[in-house]
Amino acid sequence: MSQVLAPPPASVPHTTTASSRKVAKIALIGNPNSGKSSLFNHLTGLNQKVGNFPGVTVDKKTGISQLTPSLKAQVIDLPGTYSLYPKSLDEKVIIDLLHDKKADSYPDALIITADAANLKRNLLLFTQLADLQIPAVLALNMMDVAEKHGVKIDLAELQQELGVPVIPVNGRTGSGLAALKILLSQELEAPKSTFFQIPEHLLVMVRQIRYYFELSNDYLAWHYAHQYHKLSFLSEDDKQYIGELVKQYGFQSQALQASETIDRYTRINGLLLDAMRVTKAENNEQFSNKLDQVLTHKVFGYLIFFGVLFMIFQAIFAWAAYPMDLIDTGVATLNAWIHTQADGPLVDLLTDGVLAGLGGVLIFIPQIALLFAFIAILEETGYMARVTFLMDKIMRKFGLNGKSVVPLISGVACAVPAIMATRTIDSWKDRMITIFVTPLMSCSARLPIYTIMIALVVPETYYLGFLSLQGLVLMSLYLIGFLAAIFSAALLKWVLKTKERSYFIMEFPTYKMPRWKNVGLTIVEKVKAFVFQAGKVILAISVILWVLSSYGPGNAMQQAEERATAELTTLDLNEADAEAHIGGQKLEASYAGQFGKFIEPAIRPLGYDWKIGIALLTSFAAREVFVGTISTIYSVGDSENISTVKEKLMAEKDANGQPFFTPARAFSLLIFYVFAMQCMSTLAVVYRETKGWKWPILQLLYMTGLAYGSAFLVFRLFS
Amino acid sequence: MQQFIKSLNKAKKVQEQQKSVRDMKIGEKGIICCLTDPEMSLKLLEMGCIPGEEVKLNSRAPLGDPITIIVNDYTLSLRLDEAATIKLK
Repeated sequence: MSQVLAPPPASVPHTTTASSRKVAKIALIGNPNSGKSSLFNHLTGLNQKVGNFPGVTVDKKTGISQLTPSLKAQVIDLPGTYSLYPKSLDEKVIIDLLHDKKADSYPDALIITADAANLKRNLLLFTQLADLQIPAVLALNMMDVAEKHGVKIDLAELQQELGVPVIPVNGRTGSGLAALKILLSQELEAPKSTFFQIPEHLLVMVRQIRYYFELSNDYLAWHYAHQYHKLSFLSEDDKQYIGELVKQYGFQSQALQASETIDRYTRINGLLLDAMRVTKAENNEQFSNKLDQVLTHKVFGYLIFFGVLFMIFQAIFAWAAYPMDLIDTGVATLNAWIHTQADGPLVDLLTDGVLAGLGGVLIFIPQIALLFAFIAILEETGYMARVTFLMDKIMRKFGLNGKSVVPLISGVACAVPAIMATRTIDSWKDRMITIFVTPLMSCSARLPIYTIMIALVVPETYYLGFLSLQGLVLMSLYLIGFLAAIFSAALLKWVLKTKERSYFIMEFPTYKMPRWKNVGLTIVEKVKAFVFQAGKVILAISVILWVLSSYGPGNAMQQAEERATAELTTLDLNEADAEAHIGGQKLEASYAGQFGKFIEPAIRPLGYDWKIGIALLTSFAAREVFVGTISTIYSVGDSENISTVKEKLMAEKDANGQPFFTPARAFSLLIFYVFAMQCMSTLAVVYRETKGWKWPILQLLYMTGLAYGSAFLVFRLFS
Repeated sequence: MQQFIKSLNKAKKVQEQQKSVRDMKIGEKGIICCLTDPEMSLKLLEMGCIPGEEVKLNSRAPLGDPITIIVNDYTLSLRLDEAATIKLK
């Protein structure tokens, strides 16, 4: 089955050769679920790099493949697509690449992947690519599945009909890969066959475009006529030129695309009559159908789905805690050790600035790795399609998508991996909405703030003997966050206008065993993407925050320290509290303290003073820092112990000698933290996922505005 | 091509009364006659919903929408309003 068929004899002299440039560029293209990613992983292994396609939010995955011991090639993984007429922004990068011969990454050759079990539909894209006359090879995947379905493919006949080499490969075992590499190391020819006849009455127009842009074939010019307004490399003049021609010839793009597709299918049906034989009439998908009766059942379907969600939630909430603690103590131990070895401002910058920031990046790795392990398995097995199927109707009402469920629920643990998980949502608009509202879900970093503020002002009352009032308040905070997310989504659905039309129509894959190599590589890819792209921003902000809280104007810090040390003689404090007292005085004198005082007028309507202002600033690094900062500023020595912090805060008096933390203040703070963005890591990851600052800034403004307004209302209502 | 445009126009007229995939029962089979939404029809055609092909309603989501259909030997899932644009003979 995996025999190598000799490439068809050359008839067209090729212009682009694989060896004429230093490293040949090969693009991988194919239908979704045609085994493209597996093939990419087999070809490149860990030599993968994720970059950007210019101007869009699509990741550009490239990798180096060792074709022969002496020959390397660069492989570009293109987004999965059903045709060369893009329906989504993601697919648009394909025509931007393939229709512009001057593009930097214009490929020397194509590997077209096709699912042998769905050959007819997969060949549609193939015939379009063949008509573009780019040297290509067809990698025929899943021959074993096809055979099980009773589909027999005559490879020699197929190769003859298609006019390109056909190599059977197996994405699971990697068989056929050697043959594919050998073929790619040689010079490939442009496909011999063409599959589509441009209607005669339009040939004049097509030729005009072809000669004007000096294109190598008619079909490329035909695509220019269809898609000129979508091609980002064309100038306005070029677009106008084509636009006028198209109008002059009454070129009806939509109807022509439809009839082209029908023509192609007719042609494919004809050639498959010879090359493919189906022995079993019915498709053997009984196993998948039986499983679906349970997994998409009215009751069990949802029960199982919520079970799966609960397990994911457990994993990123509870299981990830162990490695996270390890990273936390590891960084702390390293910092302490460095402090024993050396001292000085530079050492402080290294430990409390850089290393602490680095720790803040590394701490997310366990959660990201675990979440993506689950998501990769859900995708690989085909269960993700069922999740969408189950949840679509409910989520659509709020401008979300069936696939938004997983990011939203994961957001309760942490928004960072959750936002990275929105990749699975195809529609741009749905994805942006999901990214936008996910941080409103109460994440685990808010929990320390919730716990301490609730402990401060909500009495430990029990209703009916078991319903804790504190627990009820905590639950309502989570509920408020969830409702805010849902209603913000509904609002955005209405506000956000998009030219792109969103379709739900998608392939409903059969259940498969996950390919563990793909799961592993997905985890590596996501962790790398986070550490190297979002990590930079997190590190930079944490160093800035460190400088702000460690340095003050002039010698204010030094004076504060001297004053505090002098005060110690009159106060009777233990060692830890004494240190905290000095720390608190120093923080007040620092730039962060100045900032707190500076913004006090703005936050006074919410009931906050400058001390809370400092905590608002420092907790921007991560919300849980809030507790640490107020411990420092209120001179609590042992910030790990909640009851110590609580006692200290309860003792805090306002100007009139009344307790400072009234229910009004505490609830105002609680609501503020439910809604406020207060997380640089989330902003950094939104920046990475949307490839720009527009979305993170909008999100910061929206959430801070919502937080400010609600906190103001709550403070007025309770005081 | 002319034929296709005609079929589109004709479809528009009879759109209201003609049976679509939306109206099928689970397990029921039919032959695709035409696609009524010009823009969506491109996507449907590319996914293999071609006039003349047999289509079978495979399952409905618990809430009635979306549905899965079998066409061209593989399973597609789509929303009801999308299914309503696939008219049957």
